[in-house]
Amino acid sequence: MKRLSLWLPLAIFAILVGFFFRGLSLDPNAQPSALIGKPVPGFQLADLHTGETLTPADFPAEPFLLNVWASWCITCQVEHPYLTQIAEATMPVIGLNYKDTQSAAVNWLAKLGDPYTFHLFDPEGRMGLDLGVAGAPETFLVDGNGIIRARIQGEVNARVFDAEIRPILEEFRP
Amino acid sequence: MMVPEIGHFALVLAFAIAICQSVFPLYGYFTDQRGFVATAKPLALLQGLALLVSFIVLTYGFLAHDFTVKYVADNSNLDLPWYFRMSAVWGAHEGSLLLWAMILAFWGVAVALFSQGIPQKMSSLVLAVMGMIAVGFLAFMLFTSNPFVRILPFAPPNGADLNPLLQDPGLIFHPPMLYMGYVGLSVAFAFAIASLISGELDAKWARWSRPWTTVAWAFLTLGIALGSWWAYYELGWGGWWFWDPVENASLIPWLVATALMHSLAVSEKRGLFRSWTLLLAIAGFSLSLLGTFLVRSGVLTSVHAFANDPERGVFILGFLVVVIGGSLTLYALRAGVVSKPGQFDWISRESFLLFNNLVLTVMAVSVLLGTLYPLLVDTLGGGKVSVGPPFFNAVFVPMTAILVSGMVFGPLSMWRKSDDPKLFRPLIVTLIVSVLAGIAWPVIYDGEFAIATAIGTALAAWLTIGTLIDVVRKSSIYGGFRAALGRVERGTVGMWLAHIGVAVAIFGVAVLENHTEHRDLRMGVGDTQMLGPYDVRLVDLQVVEGPNYVADRAIFEVYQGETLYKRVMPEKRRYNASGMVMTEASIDTGFTRDVYIAMGEPLGGGDWAVRLSIKPFVNWIWAGAFLMGLGGFVAITDKRYRRREVDETTTDSAKKPTAEALA
Repeated sequence: MKRLSLWLPLAIFAILVGFFFRGLSLDPNAQPSALIGKPVPGFQLADLHTGETLTPADFPAEPFLLNVWASWCITCQVEHPYLTQIAEATMPVIGLNYKDTQSAAVNWLAKLGDPYTFHLFDPEGRMGLDLGVAGAPETFLVDGNGIIRARIQGEVNARVFDAEIRPILEEFRP
Repeated sequence: MMVPEIGHFALVLAFAIAICQSVFPLYGYFTDQRGFVATAKPLALLQGLALLVSFIVLTYGFLAHDFTVKYVADNSNLDLPWYFRMSAVWGAHEGSLLLWAMILAFWGVAVALFSQGIPQKMSSLVLAVMGMIAVGFLAFMLFTSNPFVRILPFAPPNGADLNPLLQDPGLIFHPPMLYMGYVGLSVAFAFAIASLISGELDAKWARWSRPWTTVAWAFLTLGIALGSWWAYYELGWGGWWFWDPVENASLIPWLVATALMHSLAVSEKRGLFRSWTLLLAIAGFSLSLLGTFLVRSGVLTSVHAFANDPERGVFILGFLVVVIGGSLTLYALRAGVVSKPGQFDWISRESFLLFNNLVLTVMAVSVLLGTLYPLLVDTLGGGKVSVGPPFFNAVFVPMTAILVSGMVFGPLSMWRKSDDPKLFRPLIVTLIVSVLAGIAWPVIYDGEFAIATAIGTALAAWLTIGTLIDVVRKSSIYGGFRAALGRVERGTVGMWLAHIGVAVAIFGVAVLENHTEHRDLRMGVGDTQMLGPYDVRLVDLQVVEGPNYVADRAIFEVYQGETLYKRVMPEKRRYNASGMVMTEASIDTGFTRDVYIAMGEPLGGGDWAVRLSIKPFVNWIWAGAFLMGLGGFVAITDKRYRRREVDETTTDSAKKPTAEALA
């Protein structure tokens, strides 16, 4: 038994190496979500800036991206310039500020810019739970009827957008 | 024109020397030929020399604007000031590896020069292990990341410039310090491996590795603190710690090294936990290698990651498998012989140190898991996510509280068995005093009670008073503090300093995190805003030209009542070569608070978004880290590390009982 436990560190290390090796050859992938084809779960959340109560009725009547972000999330910072482009040229982007504090979130936006239509403020992560969010960032493509069409876990960039969002967008957008 | 080739040649030479350094002493050791064993020291010195030449050549390339060297062209610019051209040498992937390798060689030189007290067979084995690590790193550089690659015949007329984020005095010192710590852990690692190879696993290797571990730890502490300070004033948003993967990659080895320092104490004095100590020594350095892998291979996204390349990732992973896998296999095969069941009471110094080790290990594993979780999720098909501070804070805050209680009791307890519980009575009293102080402080400071501040303050106070009680008690042995000066063991003095440093840092974090006053405002010229006790007035906006950037500069006057306290000039810089925009915050540093003013975005009509902030006691965090580092440096001046062992070069030291074993 004593001897066996000495091998334990090596075994743990071997498992880690397996993960690392796969990690090296991985790209961020979209994962099918159970919510695809279903409406965005109902919510009543405060607007990050004004505190007004927002509901699904406030969603725009055109396709938009619902972007889950937080000021503590490094990848969110990485994808922020690209989302800014999307918001300016392609479609509205609505933020879901996830497990964050109001002041940190507002500072983050003041520093990096705020191209979002509005932000849902979800400090407890309740909305995130309803959406099955694992961490930040995640982005949902929602159509004009409030139906979730696609889900991206991780960074949204030009490549991900072209491969995973644009084809779906073209399917239902006239 | 030939100069870079000299550097390249020196690098190849260092690689060849490192191969010899890892093979000859081992061959000599197993065939019992002293001639081969004796090659270790001269080879280590030669390797250091070769890498020094290589490093100087690369530095010269930067100073002389040799843009035929690709690395220089990618990371320098004609307009870059000379001091940033010096630090640009380690500003990107290839050069920072060269710095890494040179520092490893430097530690090898240090071991070669300061190991007279150690049997030659042992020191040669240690140098051989360090040689093997050098072989891996130098091969990595030569085959995937050579800093001397040339762009010929069409060299660019100007360089692409150093990443503006790194154009900062902080970068001049932060990486060398950090690497001194990271790589310094290789010495303790090499001692552990050498002991496993030789089978001489008595308490002596613990004494030999102790000063090396302590000094590496001290460098690591200072390196991390410098990095945090740099992030604070250069990243432009006033945070001091982001739980970024790269920061975590330095924090994990630090936690393990902290545990190692303490468990080495038990192994040295009491011969206990030896197999565990060996494992920590292996883990400490392995985790610094792992950190390098995570940062360099691009498997994790980070603000610091400046080189992402899967091919390099595969190489480092292979290297990791050989080094860590090999040493853990050796550990599994050989460590079984060391375990010596020793006895100690439930309340004894051993049990407190064991407790400390458990807590620190749990902390290290939590940070590791939190850092790797995104990678694990990604590997399992979940995409890239980050766990973020909520997780780390939830783990760290309570663990720190538990750790502090161990730090209060540990130093006062005795080896093996503790006498009287009366010993601990003053600590309970001080706990009550500390809790009261904790409750009172936020009320005094901010006018209202804040639980988080109270807990932090109470812990800091308890740790400080507990340490002071230990100071009084240990110096009373010599009949008073005065008489004790210079007679108390330096190791103990170092511990006091470091523990007080922890208390100072905890206090700083607790107050900073809970009482930062922060305002984001729109301001135009002539506007005045209130910030705590100050009135901040935007006096003027200017456009200024730096050597390699153009900046919008705001001039603020900070008034205290009617009197002008200070004029400050934060900037928003746009770097010419890269087009990157950087925030240069203005920070008025003070003992109890920093006044932090940074420019946000232009809002039109000549107005700017401005961040005003008062950061209370923020400098206490780095002051605390500095005290910890200082403690480490004081500890290694302890007399007993300089004591020569009786001449053991010819005798088999394993057979000789040591004083510790008899005690």
